[in-house]
Amino acid sequence: MNFEFSDEQNLLREQARGFLAEHCPMSKVRAVLDGEQPADLELWQKIAEMGWTATTIPEEFGGLGLSYLELAVIAEELGRAVAPTPFSSSVYLATEALLLAGSVEQKERWLPKLASGEAIGTFAISEGPSRTTPANLQTTGQGGALNGSKAAVPDGDIADVAIVVAKADGGDGASLQLVELDAEGVSIRPQRTLDFSRSHARLTFADAPCEPLGHPGEGWRHTERLFDQAAVLFAWEQVGGAEAALEMAKEYAMGRYAFGRPIASYQAIKHKLAEAYVKNTLARSNGYYGAWALNTGAAELPLAAATARVSATQAYYYASKENIQTHGGMGYTWEFDCQFHYRRAKLLSVNIGSEGLWQDKLVTALEQANAA
Amino acid sequence: MDFNDTPAEAAFREEARAWLKDNVPTEAELADLNLMQQAKLWQKRKYDAGWACIRWPKEYGGRGATAIEQVIWNQEEVKYPGLPGGVFSIGQGMAAPTLMAWGKAEHKQRYLPKLASGEEIWCQLFSEPAGGSDLAALRTKAEKDGDEWVINGQKIWTSGAHYSDYGILVVRTDPNVPKHKGLSYFFLDMKSPGVETKPIKQLSGDANFNEVYFTDVRIPDDQRLGEVGQGWQVSITTLMNERASIGAGGAGSDFRALLDLAQTVTINDKPAIEDSAVRAKLADWHCKRSGLKYTGYRSLSALSRGETPGPENSIGKLVAAPMTQDMASFAMDLMEMSGAVWDEQDSPEAGLFQATFMAIPGFRIAGGTDEIMANIIAERVLGLPQEPRLDKGIPFNEVPTGAG
Repeated sequence: MNFEFSDEQNLLREQARGFLAEHCPMSKVRAVLDGEQPADLELWQKIAEMGWTATTIPEEFGGLGLSYLELAVIAEELGRAVAPTPFSSSVYLATEALLLAGSVEQKERWLPKLASGEAIGTFAISEGPSRTTPANLQTTGQGGALNGSKAAVPDGDIADVAIVVAKADGGDGASLQLVELDAEGVSIRPQRTLDFSRSHARLTFADAPCEPLGHPGEGWRHTERLFDQAAVLFAWEQVGGAEAALEMAKEYAMGRYAFGRPIASYQAIKHKLAEAYVKNTLARSNGYYGAWALNTGAAELPLAAATARVSATQAYYYASKENIQTHGGMGYTWEFDCQFHYRRAKLLSVNIGSEGLWQDKLVTALEQANAA
Repeated sequence: MDFNDTPAEAAFREEARAWLKDNVPTEAELADLNLMQQAKLWQKRKYDAGWACIRWPKEYGGRGATAIEQVIWNQEEVKYPGLPGGVFSIGQGMAAPTLMAWGKAEHKQRYLPKLASGEEIWCQLFSEPAGGSDLAALRTKAEKDGDEWVINGQKIWTSGAHYSDYGILVVRTDPNVPKHKGLSYFFLDMKSPGVETKPIKQLSGDANFNEVYFTDVRIPDDQRLGEVGQGWQVSITTLMNERASIGAGGAGSDFRALLDLAQTVTINDKPAIEDSAVRAKLADWHCKRSGLKYTGYRSLSALSRGETPGPENSIGKLVAAPMTQDMASFAMDLMEMSGAVWDEQDSPEAGLFQATFMAIPGFRIAGGTDEIMANIIAERVLGLPQEPRLDKGIPFNEVPTGAG
C-alpha cells in the first residue's frame, strides 16, 4: 500500500508553495480585485517560466511529460494561494482537450504555445443560466463557420484560443470546435464576475472561422471525459483553498478574545472548525482517490472524479463561509482577506458544473458499477 | 501512488490467507456451540497457531508482528463474515496494552497469554453515573485496609461485565485533592464477593451492557497498576487504545443496502433513485463513505512505511455514526408508510434499517460522544485551547455537582 505522493512530488509542493508565497501573496490577489486587470498576467508569465503550464504536455509538443499527480500538487497550491490566473482554463481544459481530441497537426500548432504560456486557452460550453446538454445547444459549427453565443466563458476576455462545444447532427449531438479568438466574426464582451480575480466573458460568433477538434458527433463524449479529468484538478484547487480558509479562521480565533478568553476556546467555534477539518479531510482523501484514478486512467475515473469534486465543493464552501463567520464583523469588510475564499469557492463550485450536476454524475456512476 | 502490497507484505498476506483457508471453523464444528463457545474455540485455535494478538511479543502469546501486518491480518480475517470474537476486544485491545505498560512482570506472564488465547475475558470499569464525558469526575471510592483496598460505588455502561473474568477499574482514593490527582487504577476478579452486575435495557430493547455495583469489594494492593494517585495517567494508556482498528471492514454495508433499496422502491411510479433529491443524498453519503475509506488508506500507507499515521483517522466515528443514523432514517422514508414496520418477514433487508435506526443513538455516545470527538479534533488536531474549567485546582469534594 502506497497511497501517498512521492518524495519528488512533495518536494514540488514545497517549491510551489514557496514560489506562490513570494509571487502571489494575498496583496497580489487584492491588487487584481481592486484594479482594472482581468488577471495577474505577470504572475502568469512567471508560472509559465516555472513550467507548470507544460506539466502534462508530452515533450514532443514542448511540454515536460510529467504525470497528473504533479499537476494535482500544483493545483492544490494554486488553490491555496487563490491565484488570479487563467491556469484552470488554459491547462485543465484547453490543453487537456487538445491532448484528448486534437489531431497531431493541431497539437503541434497549439500545445507548444500553451506549454510556454505564450497562448492562453479556454473551453466554452455554457450558453446561459441553465444546465447545458447536447439537446439544448444552440451554437453551431458547420463548414468551418461557427455561429452562436457562449456565456460565462472563464478567461474568455484574455484567451487566445477557445475550444467550443457546438451542436452536431448525429452521434452524441455535439462537436468540439477550435476557434482563434482574434479572428473575424468573434466578439468578446467581458462579464462581471463574483470573483473579480477570475474574469469571464460572453463570446459571440458570427460565421467565425473554426475547425473541428476530434470527430463531430463525439464532442459530448470528449467533453464528459475532459470534465471528469478536470474535476479532479478543480477538486485539488478547492482542497487547497479550503485548507487555507480553515487556517485563516483558526489563526483569527486563537488571537481574538471575547469575554476574557480566545474565541477559539468556545465550543461553538471549536466544533465549527472541527467540522471544517472533517470536511477538508474527507475531501483530501477523495482527492487522492481521484488523482489515483486520473493518473492511472482507471475505469472508475467517473466515480472517483465526481466523488472528489462533490466532496471538495462542499468542503470549500463550508470553510469559506464559516471563515467569515468566525471573523465576525471584520470578516465582512473589504479590508479583510476572507472574501477571496468566499468568492473563489463559489466560482470554482460552478465552473465545470454545479454540485447538483456532479452529485447526479456520481450516482449515475454508482448505478453503472452496481449493474456491472 | 498504488494500492499494492510490498513484496514482504504480499508474502505475509499469502501466509495469513493460507492459514485461514485451512483453519476457519466449519459450520459443523460450530453447530452445537453457543456464541461464547464459538468465540473461544476460534480464539484458542488462532492462539495455538500463533495468529492471536499478532502484534504482541511472542512471550505473551503474539508473534511480534508489525502494525501493517496486523492490518493485513484484519483484512484477511474479515473476509470470513460471521467469525465470532467481539467479546475479546476490550480485554485484548484496552486492558492488555495497559497491563503491558504498567503491570509487573508476573502480572504480564500470568494474564496476557490467557487474554490472547481467549481463555479469560476482561471488561472495563470506567464510566459512572457522575462521570461519563467528564470521566475523571468518577466517585467510586477505594479505602486502604492493610494490604487491601475496599471498594464501594457504582460503574455503568460496562460491556460484557456479566461474562467477564476480570475487570480494569479506576477509583477515587483521595477526594481531598483535585479530581485528576485523586484516582488510582486496579484490576480485579469479577467474581470477588460484593460485585453485583445488572443488565441495562437499552431503548432498542437489547441489553449489551451493565451497571456494576461494588459493596465492600476487597482488592489486594498487588493488583494496583501505577502509583496511588496516578490512576488518571494509567487510564490515558487505556483510552489511547480505545480506537477502532484501521482497515478491518468499515462503515459501508448499509450504504450498499440503501442503494439497492433506492433502486427497488418507487417515487411517483419511478425508481426512487431517479429522483434528484434522492440522488443528492446518496451522493453526499457516498462521498463521506469514500472519504473515510481513503483516509484509512492514507493511514495504511504511513504504517506501511513504518511511520505513525497522522491525526486524520480521528474523524472516523464522528463522520460514520451520524451518517449511519441519517441513512437509516432516510431508508425508512423511502418505504413511506411501511417505514414504520419493523418485521423480519415484511421489511426490506429483514428490518436492517429499522434495527440500525434504533441501535445508532448508542454509537453516537459510546467511546466519546460526537461532541467530545469534535472537542478532541479541535484541541488535539487543530491545537485550539481548552475551555476554562470550573473544577480546576479545586479539591474534588468541593467541586459543584448539581446533586441536591
